[in-house]
Amino acid sequence: MKANNLFKLTFWKCFSAIVVLIGLYSTFSRFLLGLGRTTNLSDMVPWGLWIGIDFIGVGLAAAGFTIAATAHIFNARKYQSIVRPAILTAYIGYIIVIILLVIDLGKPQNFWHPLVMWNLHSVMFEITWCVICYSIILTLEFAPVVFEKFNLKVPIKLLRKISIPVVICGVLFSTLHQSSFGSLYLIAPAKVYPLWYSSYLPVHFFISCIAAGLSMIIFEAYLCARAFRQGLQVWVLSGLGKVIFAVLSIELILKFSDLTLNGKLIYLFLPTQETYLFWLEIIIGFIVPITILSISGYINDRKWLYFASVFTISGFVLNRMNVSITSLVRTSGQNYIPSFYEISITLLLVVLGMWAFKVIAKHFKVFETNFVLNSKVVETAELKQRELIFGK
Amino acid sequence: MKQQMGILFDVTLCVGCGSCYNACKNQNKLHYTNKDFLKDHLSNNTYTVVEQYKDNFARKMCMHCSEPTCVSVCPVSAFEKTDLGPVIYNADKCIGCRYCMQACPYSIPRYEWSSTSPSIRKCNLCYDRLKKGKIMACAEACPTGATQAGELSKLIAEAKRRLREKPDKYYQEIYGLNEAGGGNVLIISPVPFDQLGYNTNIPKQPMPGFTLQAMEKIPSVVSIGGIFLTGMYWLTKRKNEIVREERIGHRGGKNESE
Repeated sequence: MKANNLFKLTFWKCFSAIVVLIGLYSTFSRFLLGLGRTTNLSDMVPWGLWIGIDFIGVGLAAAGFTIAATAHIFNARKYQSIVRPAILTAYIGYIIVIILLVIDLGKPQNFWHPLVMWNLHSVMFEITWCVICYSIILTLEFAPVVFEKFNLKVPIKLLRKISIPVVICGVLFSTLHQSSFGSLYLIAPAKVYPLWYSSYLPVHFFISCIAAGLSMIIFEAYLCARAFRQGLQVWVLSGLGKVIFAVLSIELILKFSDLTLNGKLIYLFLPTQETYLFWLEIIIGFIVPITILSISGYINDRKWLYFASVFTISGFVLNRMNVSITSLVRTSGQNYIPSFYEISITLLLVVLGMWAFKVIAKHFKVFETNFVLNSKVVETAELKQRELIFGK
Repeated sequence: MKQQMGILFDVTLCVGCGSCYNACKNQNKLHYTNKDFLKDHLSNNTYTVVEQYKDNFARKMCMHCSEPTCVSVCPVSAFEKTDLGPVIYNADKCIGCRYCMQACPYSIPRYEWSSTSPSIRKCNLCYDRLKKGKIMACAEACPTGATQAGELSKLIAEAKRRLREKPDKYYQEIYGLNEAGGGNVLIISPVPFDQLGYNTNIPKQPMPGFTLQAMEKIPSVVSIGGIFLTGMYWLTKRKNEIVREERIGHRGGKNESE
């Protein structure tokens, strides 16, 4: 690394450093002072921002299982090139969620209890087991990238032999617990606001995470292409765009048929905070990206695909926050705003996650290299043009 | 199985003296949290409260459901529905996920927020006393018989008898008999329950069923999903092989004709 690179402190680096320092201080405080003094949680609002972030982290990791299944189970070889970024995203997402879950637990020293003290009726029990099992699966799926770097051929051969059962188990665990995050709320039909409560909540959670997870790949590919000229071929990205378009359309139809069949359409027009936030979620997360992706010129354009992915992700984030916070405000009788500590610990983990992705993508073979080799000329020209528009 | 014990609280008999409140504090060694007990609310140091609504007084406490939500949602089985009736909690098992608080239809469980190793706190229906054959401290302390302890089946019969014999005096429903599938705490009142701050929006069926309808699909999702994915793997792999063979065969044929 060049010396001037080492000392080049850009705005984002300074920002990240500050976020990390404050975040570490907050984490330390949370364990020293307890949840009561560091969070705005209360008896009426026992779950807050962190639970929402858990849903988001795991949801955005969904490409890990969808892409692995597409490439390895359905043998669609053209998506082979995005298996690694997808697995890496999922791996980082899950690690963030596990750390945050432990921080959120009242008795973090007992985090291992679900392993020995079972309750098969509990959704939380199922989630705990799925998170643990899928994290092991992701470790196995990502391990070859590390072994490759250090040229260890024997373990790669071993992993290749068990790769198909591993991928199948990964898909099953993911399916179960992406949906079971929605199942968490099934037990509280009288507490969750009608716009979000549905006996199909697990199905909604499962379908919406697919679109968000794939958007995450487009998002990362775009940023990585800007940062260090690695990325993905545009036809792979537009393939993803088409799938996102289809999934979003299906989910939008399901959402509204669910509301219609359960006689909840009236809630769409009540002048309440919930209604506004629900419509915001629909517009940002569905209407805008569906519109962008339905225009044929835009679906083959990196920049527009990137915009569509940003909207899809934002809508998804809003949906999970609505389910975990907005939907419960009315019945809890308390307005909840996350505390400084809750926000700073969340930001710490987000920054660490982005940083980890960047470092690993740069130093390991995550994005396909022949992208640069095959279409160097075209890509360089495109990058230069982008630099002109967006700046370096 | 032993006969289940319960509590019948009759709003028409309650004079708002606070004896139950004080007895509960003493029994469970809880700090005093408010000078005026009528203005207190449930907390990690208050398992029961007496609230005033005009001329009526209403007790709030854990309803000790027959099929408790907290028991079903706890990932580590820290809650237990005992044979005697009380729903009890084991702090040593608890991991602190607070799902019980989020899920409880009555929003009863409270948390030791200021502690660095917080536990859930709620009424345990004086389980230790019941085991020794004694009745709940609050029922023992009640001077008017508003809070009455007894075998659950007898209490239900008694509540129904009172409603039947004095239809003018009682609102004709027993709160806690059908709410969330019913429990071991029953309340009868002269006015509709929502006027006394009771949540009347609670489904009249056991809550665990709401989760079960999703959880029971897991085995079929796993087995059908597993078979489907394995099948798809073999199918698509074979398809790719055939395509490859055909391509080679095609090329081979060409070579021969040349």
